[in-house]
Amino acid sequence: MLRADAVRKSFGDHEVLKGISLEVADGEVVCLIGASGSGKSTLLRCLNLLEQVDDGDVWLDEQEITDPRVDADAVRREIGIVFQAYNLFPHLSVLDNITLGPIKARGVAKNEAVAAAHVLLERVGLAEKAKAYPDALSGGQQQRVALVRAIAMRPRLLLLDEITSALDPMLVGEVLDVIRELRRDGMTIVMATHEMTFAREISDRIVFMADGLVEEVGPPEQIFTAPRSPRTAEFLARHRA
Amino acid sequence: MTPSARQLDRERLRRRRSLTRGAVAALSTVVVLGVVALVVVRSPGWDRVQATYFNRNDALAALPDVASAFLLNIRLFLVAEVLILVVGLAVAIVRVIPSPALAPLKVIAVLYADIFRGTPTLLIVLLVGFGVPALNLTGMPTSLFWLGVVALTLSYGAYVAEVIRAGILSIHPTQWASGRALGLTYGQTMRHIVLPQAIRRVAPPLLNDFVSLQKDTALLSTIGLVEALRAANVISSRDFVFTPLVVAAVFFIVATIPLARFTDYLTVRSLRRENGL
Ligand SMILES: Nc1ncnc2c1ncn2[C@@H]1O[C@H](COP(=O)(O)OP(=O)(O)O)[C@@H](O)[C@H]1O
Ligand SMILES: [Mg+2]
Repeated sequence: MLRADAVRKSFGDHEVLKGISLEVADGEVVCLIGASGSGKSTLLRCLNLLEQVDDGDVWLDEQEITDPRVDADAVRREIGIVFQAYNLFPHLSVLDNITLGPIKARGVAKNEAVAAAHVLLERVGLAEKAKAYPDALSGGQQQRVALVRAIAMRPRLLLLDEITSALDPMLVGEVLDVIRELRRDGMTIVMATHEMTFAREISDRIVFMADGLVEEVGPPEQIFTAPRSPRTAEFLARHRA
Repeated sequence: MTPSARQLDRERLRRRRSLTRGAVAALSTVVVLGVVALVVVRSPGWDRVQATYFNRNDALAALPDVASAFLLNIRLFLVAEVLILVVGLAVAIVRVIPSPALAPLKVIAVLYADIFRGTPTLLIVLLVGFGVPALNLTGMPTSLFWLGVVALTLSYGAYVAEVIRAGILSIHPTQWASGRALGLTYGQTMRHIVLPQAIRRVAPPLLNDFVSLQKDTALLSTIGLVEALRAANVISSRDFVFTPLVVAAVFFIVATIPLARFTDYLTVRSLRRENGL
């Protein structure tokens, strides 16, 4: 489904990604963990072309999306992303937030987009919030709407960048529930997270990043119980409650 | 559910307190304004001032002429406001778009904003009003009305462009990223996501510029447009009275009040919204 090969990215003199390689299979859930500043967000932004990679390449199925001749807007329609905060458009209602992409970028008919949005809102328990504006929602509700908005584009791949980090601990659960449900539906997900317990529960594989490199990759049980790299062990020791 | 006795009690207290506050505000306003009025009216020179500036008969005599001339001011600022928004938006957008193909346009936009914000509006009015017709170019407007509108648009377009640009730049970068991540193009993201938020955010300063513009239509009297100030001036120098000028002033004030109140309303509303009230 997705393959990144020796991806490099610098901001000025600062090399943030130093040759990242990563493969994600169809329907797989991969969690990126690692210290703050290790390059998780930058990698996710490179994967859906919000940042241009300097070297290396990224493949989505049979297409090399890092080829400069590729239509980046078309690629982004296939890859959803949800950020830590400021996802929703504050001047649009929940419903308009969700239907804007399908209508404007996918050319879906308005009534179809609206109907689909209602179905999705129903599923995340926000049916009655369709007319509300983002400012009137709790942080957890906002992130659930952001997830719905990404899903409404019917992406092949979903990228999540610490989408619960800015939330009150009380509200984290309701957002994680939605991710569990997406996984059950077979959605392919790459997510950066600090929720170690959740990462262990939900992922097929864990990718531990350090200093712009993949330090270790493995199934969650192995990573959490028998990390091969001392840096992984050290990181986990600090981040386990 | 019926409110509890305690709740009713609180509501009664709050109501009483807000009534008291209202009464205090009204009373103190009346007293202060009353004292000011008394001091002015009882000053030794008041009779003469009243005869020159606040003469009822002079005011009534000047009213029809000034009023019909003020219609011209209204037409001027309504047309100019639309054009200013168009110019301001275009210049602001050219300045923020990252496309290298627009480099020459960007240079022009920067020069335009710098030059026309730095030049006194009166000078622009004089240069456009007398200079453009002197060029004898074909296709240039020759009617004073359009020359006046062009001058005001050039001057205020530069201010408004900067205000709108500041609004665009104040939108959180994640809003851009979220739009592009949905597969929207740069233009779609600008139009559906960034601009609506930016314009809302800068509406108060924008309206403030328009208040100022409405007054500055009076500058067009210098190139011979018979607008309210000019009409008042004609009467006042013919009859050696100043009341017509005060009448003109009242028209300008009254015309700006709706915008000023609307600006207040928007400011309060955006404050409320940002504070989640
Ligand atoms: N747009 C940018 N310009 C310059 N430096 C950046 C930019 N984005 C990220 N960085 C830098 O890249 C490094 C990695 O950041 P990031 O990818 O956000 O890490 P993480 O998400 O793992 O915390 C940090 O040192 C950060 O300062
Ligand atoms: Mg990050």
